[in-house]
Amino acid sequence: MTRHLLMGLATSAALMAPMLAQAGPTLDTIKERGSLRCAVNTGLLGFSAPDSTGRWNGIDADFCRAVAAAILGDPAKVQYVATNAQNRFTVLQSGEVDMLSRNTTWTSSRDTTLGSVFTGVLFYDGQGFMVPKSLGVKNARELDGAAVCVQPGTTTELNLSDYFRTHKMSFKPVVIAELNQIEQAFFAGRCDVYTTDISGLAATRLKASNKDDYVILPEAISKEPLGPMVRRGDWEFFNIVKWTLFGLIEAEELGVTAANVDAKKADASNNPPLQRLLGLTGDAGKSMGLDNDWLVRAVKGVGNYGEMYERNIGPLGIPRGLNAQWRDGGLMYAPPIR
Amino acid sequence: MLSNERVRGIIYQLLLLAAVVGVGWYLISNTLHNLATRQIHVGFDFLGREAGFEIAESQIAYSAADTYARAFAVGLANTLYVAALGILLATVIGTLVGIARLSSNWLLSRLASAYVETMRNIPLLLQLFVWYGIFTELMPPVRQAIAFGDAVFITQRGLYYPWPQPHVAWQAAGWALPVGIALAGLWRRYARGLQARTGRQLPTALPAALLVFGLPLAAWAALGAPTALSLPELRGFNFRGGRALSPEFLALLLGLSTYTAAFIAEIVRAGILAIDRGQSEAALSLGLSRSQELRLVTLPQALRVIIPPMTSQYLNLTKNSSLAVAIGYPDLVAVANTTMNQTGQAIEAIAILMAIYLAISLLISLFMNWYNHRVRLVER
Repeated sequence: MTRHLLMGLATSAALMAPMLAQAGPTLDTIKERGSLRCAVNTGLLGFSAPDSTGRWNGIDADFCRAVAAAILGDPAKVQYVATNAQNRFTVLQSGEVDMLSRNTTWTSSRDTTLGSVFTGVLFYDGQGFMVPKSLGVKNARELDGAAVCVQPGTTTELNLSDYFRTHKMSFKPVVIAELNQIEQAFFAGRCDVYTTDISGLAATRLKASNKDDYVILPEAISKEPLGPMVRRGDWEFFNIVKWTLFGLIEAEELGVTAANVDAKKADASNNPPLQRLLGLTGDAGKSMGLDNDWLVRAVKGVGNYGEMYERNIGPLGIPRGLNAQWRDGGLMYAPPIR
Repeated sequence: MLSNERVRGIIYQLLLLAAVVGVGWYLISNTLHNLATRQIHVGFDFLGREAGFEIAESQIAYSAADTYARAFAVGLANTLYVAALGILLATVIGTLVGIARLSSNWLLSRLASAYVETMRNIPLLLQLFVWYGIFTELMPPVRQAIAFGDAVFITQRGLYYPWPQPHVAWQAAGWALPVGIALAGLWRRYARGLQARTGRQLPTALPAALLVFGLPLAAWAALGAPTALSLPELRGFNFRGGRALSPEFLALLLGLSTYTAAFIAEIVRAGILAIDRGQSEAALSLGLSRSQELRLVTLPQALRVIIPPMTSQYLNLTKNSSLAVAIGYPDLVAVANTTMNQTGQAIEAIAILMAIYLAISLLISLFMNWYNHRVRLVER
């Protein structure tokens, strides 16, 4: 029900907001408020899920912390707003949050028609299928006629019908918005197959009473580059979010970790790229409207990209794969900071 | 001039109208401006684009290659379908329970009270979850379906039943049904007119039944009386062939109708209690039979009390059907939500939603007002 409430609020916000309140420079608003408002998933292990103490864990939640640390100096100064697949864009459009860090797939239409833009890729994913082992299905081509559980309003939903149309197969969609509800329907046997990003399947599989009763099929049927989004038009804040992400990737490449960042900074004299990354030379931070220590604070807060990955995605049992550094055969490649 | 009451009246009306138009204009232009500054695309052209998502069940033909407009039509048809059946079922259950509450049988009336108090005091959303849980968790998986003679199967994926193979005779029978109903109505009218003029009573029940059931039967028989059935059978993952009622649909239909029935029961009880005892005693002493007394004296008067609150129950049921989204029945709201998210056109989609619900509700009230007008007290 919160969803309807939020949707209503967002719509009335668009109706009522005075003309001048066009969310001005987001950076000023965040500094004035003293915290970053960040939209995350309501509960997806590895990406953003609250633990028993109410702390949000996951790579998406950690990325919010990194941006908060870069801007405000304290990774704890984040207000999380839990969103589902359907209201995520609306809360960003209406200005209720500053940024969206919620396993959202980068597509051209989302970049051009939603009034928001992606700032990069935090996680390279692909859509997969999970089935109960007892069905004996070995690959996705055997799924003709299956009942498929899927969340509405996702790229997953569209890829699913594309895939079945391409292969001239039919399926019965079972469409439920809330993640918990759809997982329950899948475990109860309402559908034969659950489809979403492979990382999400791995997270759901851990919630089963016996995870070995379920298998994830080998195919990835789509490209799902997941990344953060900000409102279009505020290019200063866009740059901060984009380069914080690149900075964390670059930090991993240069071997800077949460533990050694101070030592590295003290001993960077003969390493120019490291000097520029840590703000000893150049004006990378200042030209974004921050100070030159921005990335030192971000890395101190959450670690580099590899540390974020190991801490959050590692427990799901998903290997680095596409998300490894480019030197290790992955796609994580940060443009130079200079 | 200002001291003239009529002139002042007109001025106040004009001022009010100007205020309403002004506020409306401000809201609309402000929204457009805000959307433009946020560079959000505006307009209804998205309705013509390919939707790209499948819809689980549909009363009209639909595939992922159809447009968003078509998807909205599918959602609307699903909403109307579940609302129409829900209204029918709620009225039947509600009337039975309402009469049972007035029964002199102690057990029956207590059971009816317990039903009313339980159903109307538990939030509908929770009831829907319970119904959905009953279908998806307690019913057997597809491979262990409860079978009734290899024709009807009950599983957690729904209720599967046989359906005639498509044939022109079935179509003809489908068209003959409304014709039969219309003819039966005309016959009843004629019989009444005759009775009013001459006092002669013609039978109405039997000819009406003959027309309503006999005509389609005759059409079906005349075109070859096909009996081939499509039987559901387990192939691959699911049952194929025949027809199916999904657990989402069943949960929503039963949830809506049992919940609304509790309110209708109270309305029916109130309507019957509102009629003075003397009315039925007078009718009986004039020599009318029990059923004539009920049909001609008590019920017409009770209906006058029943119909206005019944209208709002029907409206409630229709609007409550939007809770379908919680259990995954593809109603209008579910389709609009998905569309909103795939296209980002939130304001347009919500505007369409509101306009459609408003139209449905107005049509229902219009119909009920017309019916209310028909059964109102006629003073001679």
